[in-house]
Amino acid sequence: MEQSKVAVRRLSHWFGTPRSGLMVLDDVSLSLAQNEFVSVVGTSGCGKSTLLNIIAGLIDPVAGDVLVDGGPVTGPGRDRGVVFQTYTLFPWMPVRKNVEFALKKSGFTKKEKQALVAHYIETVGLKGFENAYPNQLSGGMRQRVAIARALVYNPAVLLMDEPFGALDAQTRGMMQELLLRVWEEHRITVMFITHDVDEAIFMSDRVLVMTARPGKIKQEFAVDLPRPRRYEIMTSPEFVALKHAIVETIREETLKSMALVNGGMLPGAGG
Amino acid sequence: METSPARDLEFEGPASPVRRRNRVKLLALREDIPRSVYLLAGTGFIAAVLVAWSIATYGGYISDLFLPTPTAIIDEGVRQYERGILVQDARASIYRIVVGWFIATLCAVPIGVLMGNFKLIEGLLEPFIDLVRYMPVVALVPLTILWAGIGDEQKFLILFIGTFFQEVLLIMDNVKTVPHDLIRVGYTLGLSRFEILRDIILPASLPGVWDTFRITLGWTWTYLVVAELVAARDGLGRRIMEAQRYLATEQIIFGIIFIGFLGLVTDYFFKITGTYLFKWTKER
Repeated sequence: MEQSKVAVRRLSHWFGTPRSGLMVLDDVSLSLAQNEFVSVVGTSGCGKSTLLNIIAGLIDPVAGDVLVDGGPVTGPGRDRGVVFQTYTLFPWMPVRKNVEFALKKSGFTKKEKQALVAHYIETVGLKGFENAYPNQLSGGMRQRVAIARALVYNPAVLLMDEPFGALDAQTRGMMQELLLRVWEEHRITVMFITHDVDEAIFMSDRVLVMTARPGKIKQEFAVDLPRPRRYEIMTSPEFVALKHAIVETIREETLKSMALVNGGMLPGAGG
Repeated sequence: METSPARDLEFEGPASPVRRRNRVKLLALREDIPRSVYLLAGTGFIAAVLVAWSIATYGGYISDLFLPTPTAIIDEGVRQYERGILVQDARASIYRIVVGWFIATLCAVPIGVLMGNFKLIEGLLEPFIDLVRYMPVVALVPLTILWAGIGDEQKFLILFIGTFFQEVLLIMDNVKTVPHDLIRVGYTLGLSRFEILRDIILPASLPGVWDTFRITLGWTWTYLVVAELVAARDGLGRRIMEAQRYLATEQIIFGIIFIGFLGLVTDYFFKITGTYLFKWTKER
């Protein structure tokens, strides 16, 4: 059997101590195949961002482990690129420098770096904006630079934590198509966190639905829609049926987490 | 399908639309007002104070002993300038301010940066700094003379004490405002903690630090009189203390205004250089 690119084995995590703290992840196992695009959806607070941060090596899990290419993850590393939801460009650097910053630790010559930076800036459609500062860019453009920065050092896995969450609906749609195009061009393993079911289905080969806190993988949906995908696919019967199933699954969990908060008083629980 | 242009919606009126009167609401909450009004308000207020002062003094409502006339103050300034006292005093005071503030800043920046980034160092130093911060600097003057003598070193020490313990906490806060996600980006790009500190946290906090420089240098100015309280031969603060002895009110007031003016100049220096250096902080 082919070795999975990313393997998460029996991961559990608490905020605070296991005895008195809050359990956020409960025995999560999953794997990502080479070049697979997998989305993780779930109700807010279900621990999906924590899961991504653990895979990124930014959080040490309390139990379980993460393997990338068979090797255990012990901390952050350049085999994984991360795109965050917040705008994380360095505001004092122009676009070109922001992307080049990611090559600081690479052995490339100045010339090679410049060529790579130019290539990825073009890939995300920002040719001509090399010398613009982040404060001159729209939210969508900033996230495109962040994607270029996460790809330029050629990581094996791209981890994305609701990267389009702060963008307006129109921009978000454009960004999804752009990311798919980039992914098809560069073929990389992607783990994509989102709470937008449309987004998850549109982009992914597989959608994993997490339970309410403490997070577990509740169900897995394979997305067998043909690629390359265009946004029209979102109105196809297959898409809508899949969306219906996923939304139902998440809704159960949302109601469960609300029941915890409201002590059983479920506003609008019927239906 | 044919789509009709929005012609139907067009207003069939006179060729040039009647301009609506552009009313500027000067007291709208947090709205911008015309720059000219803004500047006029500020200069107008100062002018009003001057007018009130003139009426009170020229009109003879207040004795010269309590408040001299504006011309008396100006004459005092001219007199001090012509006799070379003013330049000599200003030179001595500016030298003390600059050196005192530099030493304070040279210590405050690295210590503040460490405190802002390492909880251990924050926990180690903050209680002590908080304690010293509330000690009255004036009361420390006798001690500083005991420790540092009566030369310029004692002045530096007073200015240092007055500035450092406030500045270091402000620097710590500046550093803490750097978004945590920027630091996480550094980790994911494989940078070491030191590299993140040097290449991400420092540049990201620099605009805030620059503003701290502006504010703390202002504080150093306010401690000048305290520093020159005892055993100073020259200096702007010294001149004020001396004038007090002879009830030379115009000397006192001129000195106060002149210190205020110099403080304002340094303040604007940091403000203007700051907006020039950190254009990237301004959101569109």
